[in-house]
Amino acid sequence: MKRSRITECNDWFLERFPLTKLWNEHMTHYYAPKNFNFWYFFGSLALLVLVNQILTGIFLTMNYKPDAKLAFDSVEYIMRDVNWGWLIRYMHSTGSSAFFIVVYLHMFRGLLYGSFKHPRELVWIFGMLLFVALMAEAFMGYLLPWGQMSYWGAQVIISLFSAIPVIGDDLSLWLRGDYVVSDATLNRFFAFHVIAVPLALVMLVFLHIVALHEVGSNNPDGIEIKESKDPWGHPVDGIPFHPYYTVKDLVGVGVFLLFFATIIFYMPEMGGYFLEHANFIPADPMKTPEHIAPVWYFTPFYAILRAIPDKFAGVIGMGGAIVVLFLLPWLDRSPVKSIRYRGGIYKKALCLFVISFLALGYLGTQPATPTATIVARFFTAIYFGFFLLMPLYTRWEKTKPVPKRLTSVHSIEEQLPALIEEIVHIKHGSSEIGHAAFKGASFTITPNPKGIKNVLGRLVKNIKGSLD
Amino acid sequence: MKNLTALLLLLTLSLGVAASEGVKLQKASIDIANSASLQRGAKHFVTYCLGCHSIKHIRYLRIALDIDVDPKKVLKDIAPEGANIYDQLHSAMNAHDAEKWFGTQPPDLSLIARSRGADWLYSYLKSYYIDPKSPRGVNNLIFEDTAMPNPLWQLQGDQYAEPRKNIWGHEYTNLVTKEVGTLSDGEFEIFVNDLVNFLVYVGEPVQLERQRIGKYVIFFILMLIVLAYLLKKEYWKNIH
Repeated sequence: MKRSRITECNDWFLERFPLTKLWNEHMTHYYAPKNFNFWYFFGSLALLVLVNQILTGIFLTMNYKPDAKLAFDSVEYIMRDVNWGWLIRYMHSTGSSAFFIVVYLHMFRGLLYGSFKHPRELVWIFGMLLFVALMAEAFMGYLLPWGQMSYWGAQVIISLFSAIPVIGDDLSLWLRGDYVVSDATLNRFFAFHVIAVPLALVMLVFLHIVALHEVGSNNPDGIEIKESKDPWGHPVDGIPFHPYYTVKDLVGVGVFLLFFATIIFYMPEMGGYFLEHANFIPADPMKTPEHIAPVWYFTPFYAILRAIPDKFAGVIGMGGAIVVLFLLPWLDRSPVKSIRYRGGIYKKALCLFVISFLALGYLGTQPATPTATIVARFFTAIYFGFFLLMPLYTRWEKTKPVPKRLTSVHSIEEQLPALIEEIVHIKHGSSEIGHAAFKGASFTITPNPKGIKNVLGRLVKNIKGSLD
Repeated sequence: MKNLTALLLLLTLSLGVAASEGVKLQKASIDIANSASLQRGAKHFVTYCLGCHSIKHIRYLRIALDIDVDPKKVLKDIAPEGANIYDQLHSAMNAHDAEKWFGTQPPDLSLIARSRGADWLYSYLKSYYIDPKSPRGVNNLIFEDTAMPNPLWQLQGDQYAEPRKNIWGHEYTNLVTKEVGTLSDGEFEIFVNDLVNFLVYVGEPVQLERQRIGKYVIFFILMLIVLAYLLKKEYWKNIH
């Protein structure tokens, strides 16, 4: 049989490039645990948002002018005169906030199921480097619209470096390229934002995924699926990433896009959190705004900075809040990974940590009144306590026995019919005048107070039980 | 654990009390789909504001297209004499003169509704009062010692500030009209509201368009979710 031209080209290519091998290794022959839950959507979503930021960013650079005299007006030009410029800009600005939401949830998943523990320490380290690069990317991108908050936010953050003894002043001067944030700063931030940091981000994503695929994905049970294999050498509890997780992640992508599009089309400012009101005023080096706050995703760290009275100690505290995350694999001494089999102390500690992170985030957006500062100190102590006391409390606590194989938990969609049956009475109507054909179709729904009470009681009991 | 919960509760309560202060803003009723209101607002802006404030991020043609008015009519009814339909709304005032007369340059108002908010603008324009101590003879409740004289004084009349006490003994300032202007209170409210409505439109001319497109995008995504879910279910039916 004569081979077609396309097959020939295909073979020519495959003899020279291991495309099939790569595809198999990372997609069809990459076995992932079959019990991924809600928390496992955020890795693929982070990748989606990264692609969104890069694509929309390319189009924005086509019309943006990195010049202190033109920058602000060029952004408004994009919003008004460039065809679909408003959509691209809102996708980029909403995308930056979405990136942090997705990444924070992705990191929280790691805390829940111990994904940073042996043998995935390096996956976590690469992930943390990604987080730091992402913060740098966001910080520099935020200067580019050249609004009041862009300008003064950058001014405050760069001046933090001057708190470092001896070299501080020279260092901050070197970073800014001027004595205040100016055109020179804007130009270099533009260079870092559009090429240097994105390159680092893409390379780190590559390393993060290669390292992950070497050790294999963790799962909500925190057990290694590679330890029980079938006669063909595949993990019994594993399923090929493609097609199973590609189709599952597609559902996650759809739901994410629903939220994303709702924000872009109906609330692009998100009440002043995604696009701040003060940033619609052009940067004015002579006029300091009365209240300077960073964008919401930096506020927990900003609150820690302000909570510590000494400026240099504050800078160390803020840096330490991120450095301590790198050390997590070695701070946690628990023999089990997943929160399902940990003792009550870790669950309570994690709960307090989440509260303190959210509270610090809120306090960072507010003016630093004396009361607010005291509250911020309290939560800063909890934040660091969670990490620094971890070697002690994870060693003390009594853990539960870990099963050999993945446990099956009914998904919400499987539980839903039984739940509905319990909380409502469904009465099939038998209307006298109704046509026989409609009899089956007509029914009335009334809430069942006893059933609702049972469900709530069970929920409370489960939560209480799981904390001990 | 119990003590901790109590402490947390106490802390959140004390935060809530510390937060509220400042003059209460009046609510503007914003409807940028109301073409008649936008036309009136544009006309008011050109008559009363454009002398000092430009809105350089918009052109007459864009206004005509967005509020659905014939460009010729915009030139005749709204734009000043001699304006071109492709012109941006630039003020004729010289920056150097402005600095000399007011001590500051009147800001461009293209984005004022996005930085200050509609309610603030609405309250601000209504809150001028006679203040002999101020260099301009007037002051403002919302923005104390504002550099802007009251451009709408002929329409509103003269307001005077009177200190009052509410039933809890808190002091506040009440504004009382002593000399009526050319518009009644109700007419003046509509006037200011139209002006603010126009500024909200100018802040983001694409608002109506994005809300219209958004419906289709969200419908498409909902369909995508349904299809993706069915596909996932089909693939996963043998995984237990």
